Amino acid sequence: MSTVTPHAEPAPGEHGWTQTGVTNEKLAMWVFLGSDCLLFGGLISTYMLYKTTATRPPLPASLYDIPFTSASSFVLLMSSVTMVLAVSAMKRDEPSRTRTWLVATALLGAIFISGQVYEFTTFVRKGMGYTSNTASSAFYTLTGFHGVHVSMGIVMLLSLFVMSLRGRLGHEKAETVEIIGLYWHFVDIVWILIFTVVYLIK
Amino acid sequence: MSTEAHTEVVTRGEDLAHDVHHEHPSDLQYIYIGLFLAVVTAAEVGLYYTEIDFLLNTIILCAMMVVKFATVGMFFMHLRFDNRVFRWFFVTGLVLAIFVYLIVLTTFHFWSGH
Repeated sequence: MSTVTPHAEPAPGEHGWTQTGVTNEKLAMWVFLGSDCLLFGGLISTYMLYKTTATRPPLPASLYDIPFTSASSFVLLMSSVTMVLAVSAMKRDEPSRTRTWLVATALLGAIFISGQVYEFTTFVRKGMGYTSNTASSAFYTLTGFHGVHVSMGIVMLLSLFVMSLRGRLGHEKAETVEIIGLYWHFVDIVWILIFTVVYLIK
Repeated sequence: MSTEAHTEVVTRGEDLAHDVHHEHPSDLQYIYIGLFLAVVTAAEVGLYYTEIDFLLNTIILCAMMVVKFATVGMFFMHLRFDNRVFRWFFVTGLVLAIFVYLIVLTTFHFWSGH
């Protein structure tokens, strides 16, 4: 005679057991995001303090192309919408729609990164290199670190897409997509700060 | 571990997870939130080109930035609906980041030797 074991929460010591009532993976991502706030806090602070103290021109602020950066910001903002739609589709167990939104998010992220590469190239052509002055160093470090975060996010999104294509992203992995989504939204939130503090405040 | 200890752990977990059962927004609501963010961004850019007082301009831009930040955090990152322990971690990180700025600021204003 077979016995049916009812679904039970993992006991202490078992894989998946948690003392906090939330999964360890999600908690770990939030701890990481909290610590990443410090990284970007330091970088934004450095830029704000150095942006007007540079002695050698050109200053980053004199080269900004606000309409272009606004379009880039809009693209990244919309990628957050497609990401949240991917998480929503995943929770409803709609793999095809999840894949569509994941690819859309990665594509929008790639457009943003292309814009950043174009911006950096233009600035270098106009004479502002990484070591031109303290403001340019702070600017490239801040926006470059953000770009690396976006690039890492694109890699994670494409990994999820491939996993889904191979049938390894079932409904039980919905939280994995949500956790990657948290990372992506964080990257968007940081850009919201950078766009205003670095580009728009004169 | 004893059964009593296990029961205590589960009770504490349930206490922390007490607010995880709220209804999340629908897809259409997410799109409306995205449109709202786009409109605020457009307003920010519009404000950049207006000739108003620097201080007023900065205050309004910062207010718009906070609105966008909070909207993404609350709705897209589900901080409004999810477990409050996540909010604590995130807010702690933000507060510490502000402290980083203030400490670096003192380096320039008090410790520079000028």
